[in-house]
Amino acid sequence: MTVYAAPGTDGAIVNYESRYDHFIGGEYVPPAKGQYFTNPSPVTGQDFCEIARGTAEDVEKALDAAHGAADAWGRTSAAERAVILNKIADRMEANLEKLAVAEAWENGKPVRETLAADIPLAIDHFRYFAGAIRAQEGTAGELDDDTVAYHFHEPLGVVAQIIPWNFPILMAVWKLAPALAAGNAVVLKPAEQTPASIHYWLSLVADLLPPGVLNIVNGFGVEAGKPLASSNRVAKVAFTGETTTGRLIMQYASENLIPVTLELGGKSPNIFFEDISRLDDDFYDKSLEGFAMFALNQGEVCTCPSRALIQQSIYPDYLAAGVKRVENLKQGNPLDTDTQVGAQASNDQLEKILSYLDIGRQEGAKALTGGARADLGGNLSGGYYVQPTIFEGNNSMRIFQEEIFGPVVSVTSFADYADAIKIANDTLYGLGAGVWTRDINLAYRAGRAIKAGRVWTNSYHLYPAHAAFGGYKQSGIGRENHKMMLDHYQQTKNLLVSYSPKAMGFF
Amino acid sequence: MATRVDVTPAAADMMRRLRGQHGPLMFHQSGGCCDGSSPMCYLDGEFRTGQSDVLLESLKIDGVDEPITFWMSSSQFELWKHTHLTVDVVPGRGSGFSLEAPEGVRFLIRSRLLTSEELAELAS
Repeated sequence: MTVYAAPGTDGAIVNYESRYDHFIGGEYVPPAKGQYFTNPSPVTGQDFCEIARGTAEDVEKALDAAHGAADAWGRTSAAERAVILNKIADRMEANLEKLAVAEAWENGKPVRETLAADIPLAIDHFRYFAGAIRAQEGTAGELDDDTVAYHFHEPLGVVAQIIPWNFPILMAVWKLAPALAAGNAVVLKPAEQTPASIHYWLSLVADLLPPGVLNIVNGFGVEAGKPLASSNRVAKVAFTGETTTGRLIMQYASENLIPVTLELGGKSPNIFFEDISRLDDDFYDKSLEGFAMFALNQGEVCTCPSRALIQQSIYPDYLAAGVKRVENLKQGNPLDTDTQVGAQASNDQLEKILSYLDIGRQEGAKALTGGARADLGGNLSGGYYVQPTIFEGNNSMRIFQEEIFGPVVSVTSFADYADAIKIANDTLYGLGAGVWTRDINLAYRAGRAIKAGRVWTNSYHLYPAHAAFGGYKQSGIGRENHKMMLDHYQQTKNLLVSYSPKAMGFF
Repeated sequence: MATRVDVTPAAADMMRRLRGQHGPLMFHQSGGCCDGSSPMCYLDGEFRTGQSDVLLESLKIDGVDEPITFWMSSSQFELWKHTHLTVDVVPGRGSGFSLEAPEGVRFLIRSRLLTSEELAELAS
């Protein structure tokens, strides 16, 4: 076990600057209005740095820089861009531990996860898109003996990206890697809850990118995000968040006739069929880990398996085993590598989760474990901790229908396959799902019947590059994490060429 | 008279302040992840409501001349309609494009079950 010293204290392997301005045109630029806001760590609730409070003036300046850089960047060869993305990945790998500690301190997530998942996945993501852009090629269609249709990929130009707070570095990289690989210049706004870790990342890689190719404007949604998303100077907006803001961004995009990609969350079912209990073996143990996965990242994952559906024939015993598994989770200091469950990312997130624990009980759901805020004592008392919670209820309850975004799973039972699929699909969303069974035919049928973009089959919460991620229904538009994402950041240029010297004969 | 949405005194204070700073207001209740489940406060008309939305309440706030409308998508309302909502405000960073975030606070929904009497009254 290792307990990392908090950034800014003796023995820390990584420290934040006391203040971060906007990164525009390759340098740090103070906000036009001179205002800053404080950035607390959810680990203790104490402020640890100041962040520039961006406004429309700063966004315009960033867009100027991006437009100034976009043409030249778009004309670089795929090989040049791939080299840069690979170098970014190498720098990150060389500083993996520091990035992991920095992100854990800002977000509250356990360093165990950032060391093993967030940062390694982000590194691999750059390498994946470095490879994908090298391997991408256009097409040539031979329409007839004299006529050829060539299709080229061209960058969109300047794109806007608005990043959520649950994976401050990984979610930024999911958007940045394909956009940069495809040859776009980017104006990125980090979440106001977690604005600093992307700047620590930038401190490691800023020299690798030409000035203006990547610009970061900090600030609040209404003051910085809105002018960016509604600008008529961006060719595309990518957003991860929730439905109302997603609709608003589409509304702005409709005014400018530009495309959007949106990832807006889910209420993902995790289905446990009866045959998993046939043996008490490794697979059974793995399924119980899958059940407990709702607590990964404190439940602050768009695909949190926050509805567990367990077949009636195994329900009491399996649920009891699940409760035991969850009660063994270690909650504590996020900077301790033994800690499995850390802090919620912000005070308002904590309050929202507590309000759901309240309405869950009012609707008659029974808390089998947890169900309250956790006070971890000492200097962690001011942090935002919630006990991993298992509710038993039914699918019409609000805790089964809205993403709580906390370490809370709502459990119910199903009679048979048809009942399982009916409950699984009885939701407004369709982002993720889990299916657990030893029967491959059942696994395949269930996976195809669930209306969700990603169905983990005998697994959960894997996010490798090269597996498409995105939503059905109200969970959003578009896919990430796969080479098809390049299409979301490229135009198609068709050159339709005649090799005939003869007139067509019309005039 | 039964209502679907009420506000706490602290939330009403914040609404008065935002009304004074920005102009007439509206709310749209969000769903989904991250800052989903939060009520988003916008300048009136900023968010285009349409046939997929339900007007839950026109809130009358002392000191605010015009009612503040509170909307939700109709699909979400189908799942929430048995509950009464109270708009509260808590310290926080907020997110989305909601107007209160720069004030260091976040509007938050607290819920309770509507009674059968309230449901009957609201249905009539």
